[in-house]
Amino acid sequence: MPTTSSTSSRYSGTAIALHWLIAVLILGGFLVGLYMTGLKLSPDKLKLYAWHKWSGMTVLALALLRIVWRSTHPAPSPLPGQPRWQLLAAQAAHLALYLLILAIPLSGWLYSSASGYPVVYFGIKALQLPDLVDKNKELAKTLKEVHELLNWTMAALVTVHAAAALKHQLIDRDGTLSRMLPWLRRDPAA
Amino acid sequence: MTLPIPAAVAVAAMLLVASGDLLAAERAIDPAKSSISAVFTQMGVPVEAPFTRFSGRVDHDPAKPADARAVLEIDTTSFDIGDDDYNAEVRKPEWFDSGRFPKASFTASGLKPAGNGSFEAAGKLSLKGRTAELKAPVTIKAEAGGSRYSGVATLSRKTFGIGDPAWDGTVEDPVKIKFQIFVPAAR
Repeated sequence: MPTTSSTSSRYSGTAIALHWLIAVLILGGFLVGLYMTGLKLSPDKLKLYAWHKWSGMTVLALALLRIVWRSTHPAPSPLPGQPRWQLLAAQAAHLALYLLILAIPLSGWLYSSASGYPVVYFGIKALQLPDLVDKNKELAKTLKEVHELLNWTMAALVTVHAAAALKHQLIDRDGTLSRMLPWLRRDPAA
Repeated sequence: MTLPIPAAVAVAAMLLVASGDLLAAERAIDPAKSSISAVFTQMGVPVEAPFTRFSGRVDHDPAKPADARAVLEIDTTSFDIGDDDYNAEVRKPEWFDSGRFPKASFTASGLKPAGNGSFEAAGKLSLKGRTAELKAPVTIKAEAGGSRYSGVATLSRKTFGIGDPAWDGTVEDPVKIKFQIFVPAAR
């Protein structure tokens, strides 16, 4: 338990905004990613790949911002009365999710570089990102698998994360979820 | 009239040397030490794909750049971006139409000095049944066993009717051809 408890029981507006912005981009990127890989080569397919990469790079930038924010603005302490295993599990899951919102865009960037397609943010020449590795077919194949594996791990974790939030809201009725929602402002102590 | 024997030998020797020079002047390029690739831009992303099969001949006397001649023949079915679907698309009638036009050729005649060891090669590119002027900047470097001719030429896909219009919003019109041609020294 942290010795200094946060002054607020809610996450800051910035933390809430970053959480949901990243959540929406991740869900969108994940669904587009699932869909686009099965398409036959076409202009639409290339557009979807581009959008997927742009949203992924946005997630990476927001994730870095979020980590900076989190390290300078501690999260509110967990609500009292929860079993220790649950707090530890939540902490582990949150740590893993932080790692994944960095690792997934990075693995995508690496995969794109290894495939010989540089990432050009929003298609703007001045925003062409450096290639992280040289073009290499074998490496690209491995990185594709790594990118997919990380995504499915993330999908499983996000499912648990969302299920836990719903359990707090619907079964425990303890106000944990409202701390991360821009609405539902209610004081759980009341 | 008769020439004295030593003079006849000398003339014959000069003729031999001259014809030897003529024969040696045109040299086949060494594809294994050369590369030709297309760089095009899709969704703002520059993508490079090599042609893995090509051949050519170069006839270049450094003392007479204006008389330099070169012919390159590129197998359009050898475009290899490393993705089978993509390669198949590029061979379609809307693009290279490799079934009907399996070869593209560039015929250069004359090198114009542009300073600092670089030149401009003017020539004609024949691609997909159309022929258009193409100018390519070339730098020439002596290397062990020969010379390397390198440069980047820019052409318009549309000039040669390459590309399904459905792709116009995705793939830009200008395409760069990057080349490095190694020509072994005579003998």
